[in-house]
Amino acid sequence: MSKGEIVMGALAPHPPHLVYAENPPQNEATSEGGWEELRWGYERLRDSLSEKDYDVIIVHTPHWATFVGTHFLGVEKFKSLSVDPIFPNLFRYNYDLTVDVELSKAIHDNAADSGLLVKMMENPDFRIDYGTITSCHLVNPKWDKPIVCISSNRSKFYFNSELMQANMIKLGEATRKAVEASGKRALLLSSNSLSHRHFTTEPEVPEDMSKEHVTNHNQYLWDMKMINLMKDGKTKEMIDLMPDFTEQTVAETEAGCLTWLMSALGFPDYKATVHAYGTVIGTGNAIIGWDPKKAKI
Amino acid sequence: MREDNVCKGILVPGLPHPLLCPEKNEGWQRIRDAYDKARIELEESGAEILVIYSTFWPSILGHQVQAYPEPEWTYVDEEFHDLGSIDYKFKMDPEFAELTATKCKERGLHARTVSYYGFPIDTGSIVALKLLNPDNRLPAIIVSSNMYANRAESIVLGKSIRDAIDASGKKAAAVVISALSNRLHTVEIDPKDDKIHSLKDHEWNLKFLEYLEKGRLEDVSQLSRQFHNEARVPKVVSFKPFWIMASIMGQNNLYDGNVLAYEPICGTGAAVVTLTPAEDTAGDLEYDEDDPEFYKGDREVLDFYDQPGMGPLEERDGD
Repeated sequence: MSKGEIVMGALAPHPPHLVYAENPPQNEATSEGGWEELRWGYERLRDSLSEKDYDVIIVHTPHWATFVGTHFLGVEKFKSLSVDPIFPNLFRYNYDLTVDVELSKAIHDNAADSGLLVKMMENPDFRIDYGTITSCHLVNPKWDKPIVCISSNRSKFYFNSELMQANMIKLGEATRKAVEASGKRALLLSSNSLSHRHFTTEPEVPEDMSKEHVTNHNQYLWDMKMINLMKDGKTKEMIDLMPDFTEQTVAETEAGCLTWLMSALGFPDYKATVHAYGTVIGTGNAIIGWDPKKAKI
Repeated sequence: MREDNVCKGILVPGLPHPLLCPEKNEGWQRIRDAYDKARIELEESGAEILVIYSTFWPSILGHQVQAYPEPEWTYVDEEFHDLGSIDYKFKMDPEFAELTATKCKERGLHARTVSYYGFPIDTGSIVALKLLNPDNRLPAIIVSSNMYANRAESIVLGKSIRDAIDASGKKAAAVVISALSNRLHTVEIDPKDDKIHSLKDHEWNLKFLEYLEKGRLEDVSQLSRQFHNEARVPKVVSFKPFWIMASIMGQNNLYDGNVLAYEPICGTGAAVVTLTPAEDTAGDLEYDEDDPEFYKGDREVLDFYDQPGMGPLEERDGD
């Protein structure tokens, strides 16, 4: 068996607004569009993936929050309706997905070997979180690849950002080792926004783009700081700044997804490709790809 | 007993263990038994509707009120999925939900009803409705917990709910779903070894329960900021359940308190407490927090500079 590899890593945020704006047949709510900059960014990410052959999508999601360790989906098929508890008017999505349970279990086992507390989720009635569905839909709307879904352990709340990051670095290493041992080619998704202070009201027409902007300038400046570090290939510096960034912008990086991704990719020192930056109800969202082949050039 | 449209207040915990596996821990079983006692008190109270405020249902866009007439699903908790699935079918009161949202808007809040098939009712509401209202004898509404709301907004939310109760002419029971201390064990434990996560959490829980036993709801409400700092993992900006409960029930200390159980559930402080309006118990003690009637939006720290009465800012420091 040949050695498996991570063919690409991506920051792939999950505002349900982006699915709502696309009007896919799976979503019951319909729109007049909106958030084009981000949706076109996802188009560019999909274009960049069209040249890649991959077997599985591994997604780390903030909206499956766990407090006792990190959990992994351990059932092969899930088919149900996902209704967003925050934006039910926008996102009521009928999903039908396949899980690569073998790889899921391999990452779980590797993570356990490295000292992390882990658990397989084996209840077939479990409902998949809307973050996972949104990121996976926007990256692969055909849903023709199996996924591995990893919960976000919220150790930041119980300890601090530094401990969360240490654990996510271990989890990233465990993910990479499992992928390499599996012989599979994997796409990794960090399903999170950057700055994450929302508006607390919604326009009458949710896709009214005249109402959309970043919540405050502070968030914008911090988002640009982090994105520029990614563009410059300074991901270790970016991770070092992450606790401050997270605190200053109530960033969704608190869930650990991006730290996990950077670790799994071996902290890229090559340039990331920024496909888009835009806001959704005031939160900062970037669609960014890391192609390990660039490291080899 | 004092005659009041809100004839009962009930605090219950929301983790699924008392519903799904009470037999695994004696304390969990005592919480389950206390739920049963609270259910009997509720049945005898004359309540015609349940008004549920669940800290397990976070919202961002103002305040959401569940209005789907008969939500039905097979639910699995995202953390405790190995405990099993929960089938449910509940009875909501859409008309009362609309009235509540309207009353919220009249007091300046951003609010809306949600009525969608498949909406993910939260663990806490499911556990509370299954155990307090197993036959759907009473219709209910569920109100979300806005993650950014602080005290003023929460007090106004409670008053808005009270407005709806008074306007409806119905007798209501206010059910608040929350742990006291909320620090979970972050490692797997043998259920038999469950305990409150720390002595400090336990002592603050006992202090709150001492007040609740005496019917001092408004005092507990006004200690919420302190409790949040001392005994809560700060996942949200503030500890809101007693602000909501007190403002729905009348912002006083005139209740008969009944602490039916207090036990650890996975390290958190789980208590079942009922409050019944009374003529004279602890009496009106001293209050010092603001008592807002309307919500006028977030007040920023520097907003006072814009107030005409403050005069213009000096361009530089004076002498």
